[in-house]
Amino acid sequence: MSEKLIDSGNNAAAMAVQLAAAEVIAAYPITPQTPLTEKLSEVIAAGKMDAEYVAVESEHSALAVCIGAASAGVRAFTATSSNGLLYMSEQLHWAAGSRLPLVMCVVNRGIGAPWSVWNDHQDAMSQRDTGWIQIFAKDHQEIVDMTLKAFRLAELVHIPVMVNYDGYYLSHTYMPFELPEAKAVQEFLPPYDYTHTLDPEKPESLNTVTLPDSRNDIKGIKRPGYMDIRHNLHQEMRQAMELWEEIDADYAQRFGRGGTPILDPYRCEDADFVVVAMGSIANQFHVVVDRLREEEGLKVGVLALQIYRPFPTAKIAAALQNAKGVMVYEKGLSYGNQGALYADLKSALYPYANRPHLHNFIVGLGGRDIPTEDLFQTLKTACLSGDQNAPEQADTPQWIGLQL
Amino acid sequence: MQENQQQMTQIRWHGRGGQGAITAAKVVAEATFKSGYGGVVMAPTFGTERRGAPVSTSLKISREKIYDLSPIRFPDIVVVLDYLILNEVDVTVGLKPGGLLIINSPRPVSEHSFPDFRVAVANVTKLGIEAGLRKGIVNSGIIGALAKASELVDIEMLSQCIAAEFVGRKPQENAKAAQLVYAATQICGPSTGDSNA
Repeated sequence: MSEKLIDSGNNAAAMAVQLAAAEVIAAYPITPQTPLTEKLSEVIAAGKMDAEYVAVESEHSALAVCIGAASAGVRAFTATSSNGLLYMSEQLHWAAGSRLPLVMCVVNRGIGAPWSVWNDHQDAMSQRDTGWIQIFAKDHQEIVDMTLKAFRLAELVHIPVMVNYDGYYLSHTYMPFELPEAKAVQEFLPPYDYTHTLDPEKPESLNTVTLPDSRNDIKGIKRPGYMDIRHNLHQEMRQAMELWEEIDADYAQRFGRGGTPILDPYRCEDADFVVVAMGSIANQFHVVVDRLREEEGLKVGVLALQIYRPFPTAKIAAALQNAKGVMVYEKGLSYGNQGALYADLKSALYPYANRPHLHNFIVGLGGRDIPTEDLFQTLKTACLSGDQNAPEQADTPQWIGLQL
Repeated sequence: MQENQQQMTQIRWHGRGGQGAITAAKVVAEATFKSGYGGVVMAPTFGTERRGAPVSTSLKISREKIYDLSPIRFPDIVVVLDYLILNEVDVTVGLKPGGLLIINSPRPVSEHSFPDFRVAVANVTKLGIEAGLRKGIVNSGIIGALAKASELVDIEMLSQCIAAEFVGRKPQENAKAAQLVYAATQICGPSTGDSNA
């Protein structure tokens, strides 16, 4: 029987990892991720989870241990936040380049300097181009479901998956969710069988210096050069999108939840204006959308982006073909340019006939409060202003809640 | 597919770092969830709190799923674990007119003058000691005052959830503290000044 319970987002993630039967956990504690790894170390110490918990001295080592474990054919998991993720950065590229099926929870938090322990998405955005698949959860149910599906996807495509959820807003908040039954999860996610498991009986040379050009190996088989390997990672990450949908459909059939693995729309069918956002703020917009429809008569919807890398270019552009205006609210930016999500979205729309007017809002950096009223007012203003602004002005991000 | 404008009860808890306001809110979250409320969100406010400094926690309760996780601005109920916080923090900020203010205080309800609100008072600190708890343990007891004044969830369910939360830490005494406070809570309606306890 599945179980309905109320608990924190970190505990929800820990329960999902336990259900996924990860065999090696290596992690270094960092706020607000700490309770997740504490919980895992507790259940392992209590004998309730058959796994090795490796207490390491840094995040770099945490991911290195997971890379070693996965190379030996073992299901491995780690989690981190903020500067901890950045300290892993070299190993992030290594894990993706080695095509290892790792899963990591990133409990999103602002990056120092100056120190902040509070939420934004700059940590995940700064690691956008490491070759990891990046998904974003909006509530505890999605933390559980996405984590389980992430293992399946990672092991199918041999690309590591980062499951992002908002620090504090989700990590430390208690809310209800349903935990699937262990046996049903085992059927959905059978034990991992890795084709390139390190084996002293069958020595292989992996990830050595790879020449710019392809060449034949000692058996006369043509082996890709560095650039070809990169091309394959890119192509297979693009293909992962479809597999993610298939995994979601299978999950939905087994557990009754799913159907929105890539985009999760709310009241978008007839919407003239669509908000695009990732993580818990997309759910916060539900109440804003309801109010704008009722009080102002504006046809507004919100489109939650569930997967950021690979970017669902065609799907998101298609979903916005009837919109007059699109408002991107995000918790991070590419300094000196714009919000990274905004730039991605704009680029996705370029080849299409309908190019709605676009607005970029930066919110909640380093845990700055995001009052629902501010979302209501800024969205209303953006809907009513249309595309009257000069192009450069329209393309400049607006910061919500600045206290300068 | 519009979500109905939901009836939501919003409770803001004020305590001191280390006093257990988050644990108290968690117990009430658990009890309301088990009583059939499908939307329960307990969100601690995290800052750089030290032990003893004023802290607050949000608890939203609804029959339907809650989508807005932002901090409570206009609570229906404010719970204060230590009456001395009234001197340091304006705990009634945003409290709706006619809203409920629950205070752990050694003073009678008539000495807490908040004409716009319903006020519920109990000497939770004293009753906690009577229940067999160490002096200063008030987070279980205050739940009894909330149960009495709000009628959100019954005291039996709360007692069970308190006992479950405090396993290994005097579960029965903590549940008893809530029951004693439930019986002793005095409530005073807005502006009328009469006590009906």
